[in-house]
Amino acid sequence: MVENRPFLTFLAHAILILGVVVIAFPVYVTFVASTLRLEEIMQAPMPLLPGDQLLENYSQVLTAGSTKGSRAAVGAMLVNSTIMALAIAIGKIAISIISAFAIVYFRFPLRMTFFWMIFITLMLPVEVRIIPTFQVIADLGMLNSYAGLTVPLIASATATFLFRQFFMTVPDELAEAARVDGAGPMRFFLDVLLPLSKTSIAALFVIQFIYGWNQYLWPLLITTDESMYTTVIGIKRMIVGSDAANEWNLIMATAMLAMLPPALVVILMQKWFVKGLVETEK
Amino acid sequence: MAGVSLRNVLKSYGELQVIHGVSMEIADGEFIVILGPSGCGKSTLLRMVAGLEVISGGQIAIGGRVVNELEPKDRDIAMVFQNYALYPHMSVYENMAYGLRIRGLPKSEIDARVQKAAGILELGQYLERKPRALSGGQRQRVAMGRAIVREPQVFLFDEPLSNLDAKLRVQMRGELQALHRRLGTTSLFVTHDQVEAMTLAQRMIVMNAGRAEQIGAPLEVYARPATTFVASFIGSPPMNLIPKDGKLLGVRPEHLEPCSPADAMLTIELDLIEPLGSDTLVYGHIADGQSVRLAARLHASAPAQAGKLPVRYAPQHVHWFDPVTGKRIGP
Repeated sequence: MVENRPFLTFLAHAILILGVVVIAFPVYVTFVASTLRLEEIMQAPMPLLPGDQLLENYSQVLTAGSTKGSRAAVGAMLVNSTIMALAIAIGKIAISIISAFAIVYFRFPLRMTFFWMIFITLMLPVEVRIIPTFQVIADLGMLNSYAGLTVPLIASATATFLFRQFFMTVPDELAEAARVDGAGPMRFFLDVLLPLSKTSIAALFVIQFIYGWNQYLWPLLITTDESMYTTVIGIKRMIVGSDAANEWNLIMATAMLAMLPPALVVILMQKWFVKGLVETEK
Repeated sequence: MAGVSLRNVLKSYGELQVIHGVSMEIADGEFIVILGPSGCGKSTLLRMVAGLEVISGGQIAIGGRVVNELEPKDRDIAMVFQNYALYPHMSVYENMAYGLRIRGLPKSEIDARVQKAAGILELGQYLERKPRALSGGQRQRVAMGRAIVREPQVFLFDEPLSNLDAKLRVQMRGELQALHRRLGTTSLFVTHDQVEAMTLAQRMIVMNAGRAEQIGAPLEVYARPATTFVASFIGSPPMNLIPKDGKLLGVRPEHLEPCSPADAMLTIELDLIEPLGSDTLVYGHIADGQSVRLAARLHASAPAQAGKLPVRYAPQHVHWFDPVTGKRIGP
């Protein structure tokens, strides 16, 4: 569209800048706070320029953690979060691509029933089934373990549905050509479907990694051992009691660290991610 | 190489029967075209030979071996699909080599076969490209290459030319003929295009509603259609069918010649004239009040204008059909 109306251009930019400020300013304040001494943060107003405590604050949280509330080191939490997010993302993709393959390419009794059962679970997020799920995990002795953190979150109707929709757009003749070529179902899956799905897989990986990384309620419930805390839980555990009692500079440093990996995943996989959402390679 | 036998082949989906007993003996090296309108079951028949559809009844044998229960890969066939069905993420080379790799052929043998097929089809310079980067005609050739490298007993073509533009179709038709002359492999070719059928087939099988209406050499089918369906399906414009003495009289448009009103065996009330340059097609209905549509192919120099056109035909060009069964009467 070619337009030359200065006022509208100004208005559009004003709204966009306002939006950026609303989103970005809190992030900036978090960053600034993570570079200050605790006393500086407690001043009113708080300084809005970065201080000189960047290295000190970050190295303290990474290796030693806060001195109040939870005393676990954030370095270990980052490892836990990474393991959890990776396990959830990879697990979800692996399970849902196989179930979508079964639903689209095989004729078995009650096929549509199974599809609808999977589809209906879309309506049941973790929060709704959290008490029975907690009971199951507790009875299985999976509290404070990576299995307990990830397994209940791996089943994914969304990803199954997405792969199903993608497989339906793959022409039937491709499967028939593979059959004539002598490829069995798994050979067809590995040699043809999987390579064709790689952009969808990349897009899902980004979405599910962030989903796994940002999990709050579930890890909060089932991790009581400090060594199993994830970063998001770590932030919560550092906050104790009244405002003045908290080491806000360290909490903000932890928050910055918690934001970093998802942002990195998005930036590094951006090309693939966009491809997977907008184009189908056929 | 091998012949193919269809013995009273049936296909039904539940209650619905779509192929009603087709029988045919195809000799080794023959080029057979299965011709028919959409939905007549011609593709289904081909897919049953390929093993992509279960055979509900009867037998299909390839090279004397009944293949009813065999998987496609064990039937020693190769198939070319209408939309090519190339693997989009594989290069031309990999597309052709894939089936051979699965069969576990040694690398050197695979390479030799792919290079040979690429040579025949002039695909040598495209081997590293992805199908996406090829034109329709080139993709079609890759699909054929994939069939050739298998060195099968039988080639199966499912309307392979219908996605190409008219000019390319004529060219590929020629290449297919040359390929068949060169390899001499038994081929089954499904199409709804009668020109493809007439030009490619050594024998053709005209299908209608799941039945084989006629099996024979193209010119023989054209000259002596077995039923009114075949008479009106093959030939453009189709054969004129005129009710006469309780039977149907058939005469091809090119066998109607203008004459003086005194000699006229029929008079056409013309309402549409299509000058094509080489000849002129005229359409109309019989002037005696019946609503029978007629078409005639006239020499381009013949004067054609709306109005009455008296025509006659020679007795040897007349076909008779039973109006109830549609079957040919007499020789």
